[in-house]
Amino acid sequence: MPVHATMPPTAPAKAKSALRNGRAPSPHRGRTAPALIFGDLWEFDPAPESADPKLKPRYELFINGEFVPPRSGKYFESINPANERKLAEIASGGAPDVDAAYEAASRAFGTWGRMPGRERGKYLYRVARLLQDRAREFAVAETMDNGKPIRETRDFDVPMCAAHFFYHAGWADKLEYVAPGRKAAPLGVVGQVIPWNFPLLMLAWKLAPALAMGNCAVLKPASNTCITALKLAEIFQDAGLPPGVVNIVTGPGSTGGLIMAHPTASKIAFTGSTDVGKVIMRSVAGGDKRMTMELGGKAANIVFDDAPIDQAVEGIVNGIFFNQGQVCCAGSRLLVHEPVAAAVTAKLRNRLRVLRVGDPLDKNTDVGAIVSRAQLDTIKEYLKIGVEEGAEMWQPPCRLPSKGYFLPPTLFTGVTQSHRIAREEIFGPVLSILTFRTVDEAIEKANNTPYGLSAGVWTDKGSRILKMSTELKAGVVWANTFNKFDPTSPFGGYKESGFGREGGRQGLLDYAKLT
Amino acid sequence: MTRLPITKTPKVYVGGAFIRSESARTFPIKDASGEFLGNIPQCTRKDLRNAVEAAAKAGPGWARRTPYNRGQILYRLAEMLESRASEMAGAIALGGSGADAAREVAASVDRLIYYAGWADKYGQVLGSVNPVSAPYFNFTVVEPMGIVGVIAPSEAPLLGLISLVAPVITSGNTVVALASEASPYPAIVLGEMLATSDLPGGVVNLLTGFHKELVPTFATHAHLRAISAVADAGERRVLALGAVESVKRTHFAKAEEKRDWFSDSEQSLYAIRNFLEFKTTWHPIGA
Amino acid sequence: MPAIAYPSAFRRLFDEIGTVDAVGVEERVAKYATRSIKKASKVSGLKLAVSMVDLTTLEGKDTPGKIASLCRKALHPHEDPDVPSVAAVCVYPSMVRHAKKHVAGTAVRVASVATAFPSGQTPLKTRLAEVRCAAADGADEIDMVINRGAFLAGEFGRVQDEISAVLEACGDAALKVILEVSELETYDAIRAASFLAMGVLREGDFIKTSTGKTSLNATLGNNQVMIDAIRDHFLDTGISIGMKPAGGIRGAKQALHFLVAVKETLGDAWLVNRRYRFGASALLNDLLRQIEKEKTGAYQAPYYFSDAAESY
Repeated sequence: MPVHATMPPTAPAKAKSALRNGRAPSPHRGRTAPALIFGDLWEFDPAPESADPKLKPRYELFINGEFVPPRSGKYFESINPANERKLAEIASGGAPDVDAAYEAASRAFGTWGRMPGRERGKYLYRVARLLQDRAREFAVAETMDNGKPIRETRDFDVPMCAAHFFYHAGWADKLEYVAPGRKAAPLGVVGQVIPWNFPLLMLAWKLAPALAMGNCAVLKPASNTCITALKLAEIFQDAGLPPGVVNIVTGPGSTGGLIMAHPTASKIAFTGSTDVGKVIMRSVAGGDKRMTMELGGKAANIVFDDAPIDQAVEGIVNGIFFNQGQVCCAGSRLLVHEPVAAAVTAKLRNRLRVLRVGDPLDKNTDVGAIVSRAQLDTIKEYLKIGVEEGAEMWQPPCRLPSKGYFLPPTLFTGVTQSHRIAREEIFGPVLSILTFRTVDEAIEKANNTPYGLSAGVWTDKGSRILKMSTELKAGVVWANTFNKFDPTSPFGGYKESGFGREGGRQGLLDYAKLT
Repeated sequence: MTRLPITKTPKVYVGGAFIRSESARTFPIKDASGEFLGNIPQCTRKDLRNAVEAAAKAGPGWARRTPYNRGQILYRLAEMLESRASEMAGAIALGGSGADAAREVAASVDRLIYYAGWADKYGQVLGSVNPVSAPYFNFTVVEPMGIVGVIAPSEAPLLGLISLVAPVITSGNTVVALASEASPYPAIVLGEMLATSDLPGGVVNLLTGFHKELVPTFATHAHLRAISAVADAGERRVLALGAVESVKRTHFAKAEEKRDWFSDSEQSLYAIRNFLEFKTTWHPIGA
Repeated sequence: MPAIAYPSAFRRLFDEIGTVDAVGVEERVAKYATRSIKKASKVSGLKLAVSMVDLTTLEGKDTPGKIASLCRKALHPHEDPDVPSVAAVCVYPSMVRHAKKHVAGTAVRVASVATAFPSGQTPLKTRLAEVRCAAADGADEIDMVINRGAFLAGEFGRVQDEISAVLEACGDAALKVILEVSELETYDAIRAASFLAMGVLREGDFIKTSTGKTSLNATLGNNQVMIDAIRDHFLDTGISIGMKPAGGIRGAKQALHFLVAVKETLGDAWLVNRRYRFGASALLNDLLRQIEKEKTGAYQAPYYFSDAAESY
């Protein structure tokens, strides 16, 4: 029917859309509701990454520029979580090794701390460039050790690790710009303990700023994932990094405790769970070590009715299924505006149906393996809790490999702030979906947590983005995106998500003595 | 009979290509022992005009690169220069004393790395979020300004040129530079390293020739947004007067003053800042 | 008439169907380009793509001889009997009857551009007459252009009415509606135009990205925006509209990425040439080149394939 040009144009009569008002799609012509078919009409063949990770059967400690056996003579196994097979033996360092590492670091600090920044930077540039040369080899090794898809290690973890070294290399001779009104000098020797979720990247986040500032380091990788740290030690050797500047002591959790409490450390840095962070903080209380903590999170990903919905769905998926949800800043709570809750949930389900769960070394895999049997059991326990609490669980149909620690991406609907699955960090591919009615309610719910690491906001309205960013108690706010990281962008939490920032000019301050 | 080597034909690097002057004129240069070395293109104002066109074409793409990418490209340029250090030292010494030339090349590599490292940092140090007393989010970002004309010093033919060019391009500007009039040969060789460095063609354009023929056009070309020059008093006046018509930003170092190009005081964040624009945006904060 | 200003037509339309975040779309489609399609799945994908090609010639210098050559290639792209024929040939209205001579009775359809393609800047009367002529000459499908001027001025009713009028003039022929994405410029506008068109289209009609006559044609980004709209429309109404990216897809690898997008957004029901087409000319030979490489294991030179332009 023609519409006169002089009247205000109306929305097209025939394109009536239930899209934005939350009604489920209406059945058409009396038949069953329309549904998409995500079947096997065009199946992808396996596309395994074939590059050689060049793994050694045994990895020693890296102390004073050399690979040395642990004093105890003990080793532990590193397992590939995708197939439960042993990858290598890793040295189990203990107290004497930690002491030796700190001694080497102290000695090296005499030279490294006094070296002109320009020269220090050149070592870090070399590390970045050498890692770029061997990027594929490292990506495969990281995938085999952690279980995350090769596409992620290849396109995110390894390039970002190189970028962190490259970025911080450039600060080494520009320290007079880091702290206005103050001289920035190194602290001395820093002790660092990193987690298993981004083994290589977390190492870069810790070492690059510390070294750029002139400190020396003793670092312990998570016992689940030591391989790429010790491979990177080969690159430190190739780059000619002076012995003792970086020391890597692998071992069980107790070794991490020794590193954190060691009297030689001027500063300690820890990334891991809030519970373990508290243990460490208690162990050093009363002393004068500087510390930074990057702990857990239970981020709210907030979607308003005027959000670009398909991109919001993609952001939700990136937020909780990237890295199998094993991310401190994961968007594990979806807070969706009631008018669009049904539509968003329906689109989420369709999106999950095409996520590929499987062999992490297959280039087409989207969701890989959980890092360990223990972590998988923890997540499954939470699935049980969620169901027992009365939330509704949904998983897309997928065929999981027979071996390995795999879990389908999981949604819980009907969740409220009082559910344990909305309050406790699960650290897995499990999304809890809650609703809200107003902006203030969204803010209240988002902030109603002891954590405060990150948050997401999805809306078309700029002033609302800025208001949410102002009100949300989170160290990182992502607007119309999620899980974005950059060496220049400071990262860290509020409240029980920790303190201190990593990245950018701000991140360097945590490794500096200001006079 | 000993083998006769072939000589290299000096050409200037403009728009990513190696060209002679459109006038086809050249002037001869001699080596340290007074022997003929080669014929250097004697560039004209039309060559300058063409170089500005090339810079204009390359400009939007270079400014749109990520800061990290620009930093990596500058670092790669340093890699190219370092790996051919002895050749470049030869181009500076021209058969004379090698030690000073080698020192100049090493300092040039280090200076390039210094500015490569600023590419993804100067924005954070120079920009700001401004605490206005009204419910607005107010932020200041820095942006490159466009095409910058550079006039290199007579001495330190490599280090001086790099010291002026690097801070300009780090932020995404493009450059048309006039090399040292007395010692143009290092600029000829530098062009070859620019060409192999991943720097897009047209970002840096190097001209050789005479100040008195080219400075007046640097002064008045309206598409140059700024001038960075080591110039004597007369040239400074010409450049400043010419800049008025298009309101160019001008930054001069006095040619008559002695300066130590090797010193750290010849490199700083503020050399980058001189060729940036500052843009402030306001947006309401509210539901 | 109330004195207050009405919210703009665009605002109302966007509120109805939602807006698009460009950076988010680019990120989503970048993942398609990381899909690694190998071996049997690659061959079946390539053959599927061949069956989806609308083999196109739209030049001022087209003649019946050129059309004859095009049609022969369309029917028999390659001597390998396992390689299917293409979906259709796409020609100017004056060439329809020549094409029909060669492909009538076969699986290859005749698609005709019409409505003052590519600009659409003539009176509606003449545009409709063109459609009727092409349909009368035997066109199975009509590729029309929307009125971009009217769209950008917010005259959505007029845009839709013209599409309806063309639909009527098509008769039994299927209709493909070209949005001309380069002139709509933003993803928001492309999504909006998609819904406007689908609002009046029938099951089995198509929406299409571009005429191929401007410098920006189909990309994974605008393909995604349009198939997202098609999916939303289908889930809302049950009506399946087809999609045709046209122009800008030069290589087989790219074409496979487009198919991945379809697979992951619309699902299996759209992985057929009744629902998805590639508007292309040079693409066909690149698909054949890759099929031959998979079969023999050796990389192929372009001049082994009929109608290849490259001599080097």
